[in-house]
Amino acid sequence: MIPSANIPPGSIDKKWSNFKSSCELVAPANRRKFRILVVGTGLAGASAASALGEQGYEVLVFTYHDTPRRAHSIAAQGGINAAKNYRNDGDSVFRLFAETLKGGDFRSREANVYRLAEISVQIIDHCVALGVPFARDYGGYLDTRSFGGTRVARTFYARGQTGQQLLLACYSSLLRQVDLGNVKIFPNHEMLDLVVVDNRAVGLIVRNLLNGSIHRIKGDCVILATGGYSNVYYLSTNARKSNASAIVRAFKRGAGFANPCFTQIHPTCIPATSEHQSKLTLMSESLRNDGRVWVPRNQEDKSKDPRLIPEKDRFYYLEQWYPSYGNLTPRDIASRAAKKVCDEGLGVGPMGLGVYLDFADAIKRLGKDTIAERYGNLFEMYQSITGENPWEVPMRIYPGPHYTMGGLWVDYNLMSTVSGLFVIGEANFSDHGANRLGASALMQGLADGFFIIPYSVPHFLATNGKNKISEDSPEFIVAEKAVSERIKRVLSYQGNHAVSEIHRRLGKILWDKCGMSRSHAGLTNALSEVKELAEALPKLIRVIDEGEGLNYALEHALRLEDFVKLGELMILDALERKESCGGHFREEFQSEDGEAARNDEEFAHVSVWFNQNGLRLETEKLTFEYVKPTIRSYK
Amino acid sequence: MKIYLKIWRQKNYSEPGFFEDFCLDEVSSDLSLLEALDLLNERLTRESRRPISFDSDCREGICGTCGFLINGRPHGGFEGLTTCQVYLRKFKNEDTLVLEPFRGGPFRIITDLVVDRSKFDEIITAGGYISASVGQAPEANSILVPKEIAEEAFDAAACIGCGACVAACPNGSAMLFTSAKIYHLNKLPQGRPEAKKRASRMISKMIESGFGACSLHGECETVCPKKISLKVINFALREARR
Repeated sequence: MIPSANIPPGSIDKKWSNFKSSCELVAPANRRKFRILVVGTGLAGASAASALGEQGYEVLVFTYHDTPRRAHSIAAQGGINAAKNYRNDGDSVFRLFAETLKGGDFRSREANVYRLAEISVQIIDHCVALGVPFARDYGGYLDTRSFGGTRVARTFYARGQTGQQLLLACYSSLLRQVDLGNVKIFPNHEMLDLVVVDNRAVGLIVRNLLNGSIHRIKGDCVILATGGYSNVYYLSTNARKSNASAIVRAFKRGAGFANPCFTQIHPTCIPATSEHQSKLTLMSESLRNDGRVWVPRNQEDKSKDPRLIPEKDRFYYLEQWYPSYGNLTPRDIASRAAKKVCDEGLGVGPMGLGVYLDFADAIKRLGKDTIAERYGNLFEMYQSITGENPWEVPMRIYPGPHYTMGGLWVDYNLMSTVSGLFVIGEANFSDHGANRLGASALMQGLADGFFIIPYSVPHFLATNGKNKISEDSPEFIVAEKAVSERIKRVLSYQGNHAVSEIHRRLGKILWDKCGMSRSHAGLTNALSEVKELAEALPKLIRVIDEGEGLNYALEHALRLEDFVKLGELMILDALERKESCGGHFREEFQSEDGEAARNDEEFAHVSVWFNQNGLRLETEKLTFEYVKPTIRSYK
Repeated sequence: MKIYLKIWRQKNYSEPGFFEDFCLDEVSSDLSLLEALDLLNERLTRESRRPISFDSDCREGICGTCGFLINGRPHGGFEGLTTCQVYLRKFKNEDTLVLEPFRGGPFRIITDLVVDRSKFDEIITAGGYISASVGQAPEANSILVPKEIAEEAFDAAACIGCGACVAACPNGSAMLFTSAKIYHLNKLPQGRPEAKKRASRMISKMIESGFGACSLHGECETVCPKKISLKVINFALREARR
């Protein structure tokens, strides 16, 4: 059963301070007695671990990377939102809250989203103190820019590498705690199972990737900060190693999984050009501030040099369909619009899956220097991947899987349905509803790690005390044995394909039928295809046994098994949600002009899946007291 | 196109390594070099041969995970590119590419092209941070940073910790890596209180970790995918002696 969301009492602007002033605390001298396990070192994990280290807890951190600095937060480009209102353009905490709620198509919890907006201002203060070289104006003050889905300029940025600079700040902060002896880091260690006793998380089973050894690790609570699952689609903007195994393992151990079908397809990726492409590269959404999106009006112009297509033959579809937001409509809308024009046969580039993102007007208006200052590294990146020069020819872009709003269910304290299992950052479902606004992922990761966990974890420890299950208990031993056996089993598979080939197959099923647009028929079909794939896996895959050493194919095979499980869950959830909202677009449920048609009467809820005696769906009702759900219009 | 590959194979640190030859025929020049290796690995797996281990993650040049020598140069020596950003169109048909792991200083080979760069974390742990705990920060705009200073700090902060600088250095020094962090933090007003201690601790730690000393050859600067300038080293040395 879904536990209470534990929303604190009081009006929405008082809830967080009410919680902070009433939560239980652990006295400084006692903190060292508690051991906290953190999995993942992205923005959320690194910030949580360092903040808890600062408080004086014993913190153990696990990452499958060779160093915490590799986590995929590093690739975020555009920026981080904060309601500082430095621009005097009408921003406020309430407005950031309301826009995030609306951007998420009213499928998130008001109290959580308000707290996120409230904390946003502290994040910028702390990151500046840590030495993040944010963009500045000539007076030395912080600069901001605008992003999709908003009408204020509240996005702080560090060139096109905001994620990198924020992650490196968290990494430094984390290593400071290592220097001080509060935190211990285990690089090259992957979590392969969660140990749960009487519905309390008591530890982890981890594998040392360099020598294959398996370890039992006991803790008083566990924090998963393991990111999102876009790689379920194989081709996505996520890094190659990003995976869902930690959250799928927790799901198998009793944690509820919320809204698995809420995935975000980002409108501005570099289009795929070949079957063997290994990933999609994102071009920051900030490009839509100055770039204009268009396709040729006439199919016969598709293969023409775009520069020779006269203005009257260009279809600036976003500007025409959504005049008030234009090229800055939210991601889900911009993505679907691109799909729509490509489905109509107007797409450009190889395979006809692309639209132009054109900077010619902006270069004319602002000069090459200004554009280079804003997006220089993105232009270089585009050129190195495609071999085309975006200063001369418009970029080609196409939507690609980018972010997952779904994730493990958490209450207001960011605790899952398993007691003592906290889930933060992209790995949880909490703040973005059915669609995330740009520059909000970095905000959420840092809000969770630096500012929320340091209250909610001590509250849990003070209330529940130490975990008394030892690493030599039968529960730990059984869990470890299961992991070893699973590895042996995977190594015994005698298929004829590399893991990546089968992963690509899973990705294609999900992208075609559970991607940008979904239908009952397609989903039903995909469900049986994924189930077939799951059964056939042992006969398809081959992993070369490399003994005790590093084995990337084995790591990938274990992750693929979990992706297959998750793929099935995504499809089931998409079938059950008989409405369109945010990134979840069901073809049967659309308005006359083809926009998503939400059904608030039946679906204003969080869908929470449990894996106990088969799959079971429960719902958490969402109520809206402060912002009345409206039909999202960006026209 | 057709590409010949000569790849360093080594099962682990203690076993001897050797070069193994491979040929990729009819590959698209739009593939990246790492995608070509993925393709080769799929083939090796089907043939029940041990795939080639190489590191990579983001595949867009920002995480710093990837990196090996391509024809003797870290990341191939292409300006501003990491290994994962090298596309086959950079080469000519029937070219031979020699791929070897980053060697230098305390970098140890783990398997094939994968090396252990964990000493970098130890250098950052020795003061590569600003001591600000959550809760202490003042209002962000109360710390003014002139635009030029913020930009200069950024240029150094762009380091991705890939290790190309060490692999290129005849001394196996990590001075460019170490100094980039010192430059980033010491240039900013927030980093000044710990400036001297940071510089001297980090440089000592680098030497202690087994990296060579810097003699300003400048090889590091020429291969740095983030184009970090040698000037950060002069700055860091001055800061340490201040």
